[in-house]
Amino acid sequence: MSIFSYNGAAIVAMAGKECVAIGSDLRFGVQLQTMTCDTPKVYKIHDKLYLGLSGLQTDATTLHQKLMFRHNLYKLREERDMKPSTFGNMLSNALYERRFGPYFAAPVVAGLEPDGTPFLCGMDTIGAIESSKDFMLTGTSPESLYGMCESMWRPDMDPDELFETVAQCLMSGCDRDALAGWGAIIHVITKDQVITRTLKTRMD
Amino acid sequence: MDFFVGIKGKDFVMVCSDTSASHSIISIKQDEDKIVPIDSHKVFCIAGEAGDRVNFSEYIIANIKLYALRNGTELNTKSVANYTRGELATALRSSPYHCNLLLAGYDKEAGASLYWMDYLATLNKINTGGTGYGSYFCLSLFDKMWHPNLTVDEGVAMMEAGIAEVKKRLVVAPPHYIIKVVDKDGVRVVKNI
Repeated sequence: MSIFSYNGAAIVAMAGKECVAIGSDLRFGVQLQTMTCDTPKVYKIHDKLYLGLSGLQTDATTLHQKLMFRHNLYKLREERDMKPSTFGNMLSNALYERRFGPYFAAPVVAGLEPDGTPFLCGMDTIGAIESSKDFMLTGTSPESLYGMCESMWRPDMDPDELFETVAQCLMSGCDRDALAGWGAIIHVITKDQVITRTLKTRMD
Repeated sequence: MDFFVGIKGKDFVMVCSDTSASHSIISIKQDEDKIVPIDSHKVFCIAGEAGDRVNFSEYIIANIKLYALRNGTELNTKSVANYTRGELATALRSSPYHCNLLLAGYDKEAGASLYWMDYLATLNKINTGGTGYGSYFCLSLFDKMWHPNLTVDEGVAMMEAGIAEVKKRLVVAPPHYIIKVVDKDGVRVVKNI
């Protein structure tokens, strides 16, 4: 079995009109055995920046801790939060540092730049960064998720429409994936608030 | 194969382990207590490779004790769990410890907590969980029977149901088990099966 599908994950991020949404499933499993249904894979870096990490969960945790550490140092030095584009580049660099012994985690970064424009980017396990205007996803069944996102996304959605779209894409995308699902959590980030909703999906 | 399961109740954590110590086909003893205390209100249940188990648990326990001596205060369960994960993660890409473990503890502020960790240093806070072949038979049963306000008696009933299932369906089921509880009064043995 591939090391990327040892734990299982599904993460979708989408951009709307001056808002972004990022969501993940809640399953934590070891190969085909499900252990818990309350493990989100999206982490908050600051109010306008969220990071989703799929792949091997231990590396996702280690990477998240390393990045929080670097962001906290940045905040102390610069006295401000890191811009999402800067964070994406930092993450890409951090992953490439381990080119020949990589972290088995594929990240998706979703946030709002200081001027309010949505920022989305994704990377592979060694930090090959690609940003996007519409959606970014990663997980154990990317084909299902891509199919859903490509058909459902449309430009300039408002926060409620964006939430509905991400929710439906995530839920349907995970239906056929044995290793992801068991609930979902979605964060919708706008310029003055973040709304987090937990969904109950097919519990299988 | 070692069998460990843990259940978090209202204000206690119950852990159960088998009590056999064996080397391949030979049974060395049937009354080995594999639930090791870290301090007065925390226990480790470590399963895995022969040398790594004891080596790793002694290393962690010694460092926890050292912290308490140096700083005059004991670590809480969450800190112990994250420290243990850190040690496993650091060793992972050089000389990994091949052990899966449960950490059960009680703190005054956080109450009872149960953590599951595997040899890859994956850490999760759980309500019910376990390691080993036996746990495969118990987890679904626990999902059905668990609720947030579990009492010690209900916990024991859950454990007994799980053990009965393991004995019935696992080919190499261990014969004897020990059930311990960690709560505000510390660690105590509840039942021997």
